[in-house]
Amino acid sequence: MPEPSTTELTWTSDEMMAVAAARELSDGTVCFVGIGLPSTAANLARATHARQAVLIYESGCIGAKPDHIPPSIGDGVLSRSADAVVAVPEIFSYWLQAGRIDVGFLGAAQVDRWGNINTTVVGEYESPSVRLPGAGGAPEIATSCQRVIITLRHNPRALVEKVDFVTSVGHGDGTGTRQRLGLPGAGPQVIITDLGILRYDARAAEFLLTEVHPGVRVEDVVAKTGWALQVAESVSETAPPRPVELAALRAFVKG
Amino acid sequence: MAEFTSLASAVGQHVHDGDRVALEGFTHLIPFAAGHEIIRQGRRELTLVRMTPDIIYDQLIGMGCASRMIFSWAGNPGAGSLHRFRDAVENARPHALEIEEHSHAGMATRYATSASGLPFGILRGYTGTDLATVTNNIAWVECPFTGERLAAVPALDLDVGIICAQQADREGNVMLWGITGVQKETVLGARRSIVLVEEVVDSFSPHVNGVVLPSWVVDAIAVVPSGPFPSYAQGYSERANAFYAHWESISRDEEVFRTWMKEHVLGTGDHEQFLASLDPSLREATNA
Repeated sequence: MPEPSTTELTWTSDEMMAVAAARELSDGTVCFVGIGLPSTAANLARATHARQAVLIYESGCIGAKPDHIPPSIGDGVLSRSADAVVAVPEIFSYWLQAGRIDVGFLGAAQVDRWGNINTTVVGEYESPSVRLPGAGGAPEIATSCQRVIITLRHNPRALVEKVDFVTSVGHGDGTGTRQRLGLPGAGPQVIITDLGILRYDARAAEFLLTEVHPGVRVEDVVAKTGWALQVAESVSETAPPRPVELAALRAFVKG
Repeated sequence: MAEFTSLASAVGQHVHDGDRVALEGFTHLIPFAAGHEIIRQGRRELTLVRMTPDIIYDQLIGMGCASRMIFSWAGNPGAGSLHRFRDAVENARPHALEIEEHSHAGMATRYATSASGLPFGILRGYTGTDLATVTNNIAWVECPFTGERLAAVPALDLDVGIICAQQADREGNVMLWGITGVQKETVLGARRSIVLVEEVVDSFSPHVNGVVLPSWVVDAIAVVPSGPFPSYAQGYSERANAFYAHWESISRDEEVFRTWMKEHVLGTGDHEQFLASLDPSLREATNA
């Protein structure tokens, strides 16, 4: 296991998360982009190493190339820069459902060790303690994309033993749920947080901690995870953000 | 044929207490001005339908106009929560709000089904989710040709569909472009429809992704410049991100919300007066 870095960091944990998430997107990938952290990461990827990545937003924008991070999934900067803009029924049927998308890039309010996502309620559905926005495009993104990347900030209320509501299916209970349900895509493969990276291990049938970000200790990540997080045999340290990545990210966020 | 009329008269004529109403717009072209007019006219017991209910639905709910909402994502995009909506669901304030929630793919299918005049639509969705357990209007059918199990959702059965478009011509045909969401389906899928436009033109110019709805499928057209504000009309205005960010501080507290609504919506006669009542800083596209 790596020794934690001792040098003073010149970036924030959110920036490290965005950079690490962006690196998961390879060039040429066709990516269905969720709003918030996924949108930031996907645009950073397109601005750095994945210039040919195709970003698709559920508002119907295909091949969007925004020059700043849009606050919503339907901003004018997305439609004006897109290769094509299609109606919303079409984006979900002809493009997502038909299996044309490589990667679904999603955020979450809660996620569990199998990558099931909750964005609906905290607490009981009928009398929630927190009413969240709901499903949006996520259930079918999680179903139909060939694989799914999840990014969210790491704390025990977000990475939980059991999600309060399954808005979008990951690997169910880890016993071959996706095959049993006949879901077309491979489901969530990686979870990138502000502390490190978890990757789905098919043999262990759950997410394992595989990388920690510079300055983060493995035990910190375990302590901030709501389930007994299993740690991979070898945990590496995420490469720190390169100046070019930070510059691109800061330019984007600043707009 | 579409009738050119004032927004107040269009709402008065076509939106009734207890109606099932969709004011659609996917970030772009959201019919805010129509929502305000429904609030001014004091409609009650509405079933509000929308894929992405945002601030205008927060206002309708907070002002007690709705008893039910059918939706797939309820939030203030990029800015925060819908606190009036949350107060209704979490604390039944100002009264209980029954909800029926779906995924975007499910709602989009329902709109397309409504526009097609079919009783139900199918999609490859909902499988394994808890949505399928809490929402009654999700069922399963087997494909008669392949045997695949698919989700089925019913048509929306809309009384009224309300959208914004950029332009109408003098014959009452309307044209919209940019992100067009489910606006065409909203008009075609509803028994009555109202379209708000930025302006009337002699003839349409072609636009990428332009959608034209012929006059004979639209009931009423109201010319309301900046009718989508704080949303936007591509080619006419930018999204007022400052307003979306500011809404968080208005909607969080019920009293602050009511005072604000009284001053800016109930206390103004129409959309022009509403816009004039706002602090100019809220009209800006930046939220910095």
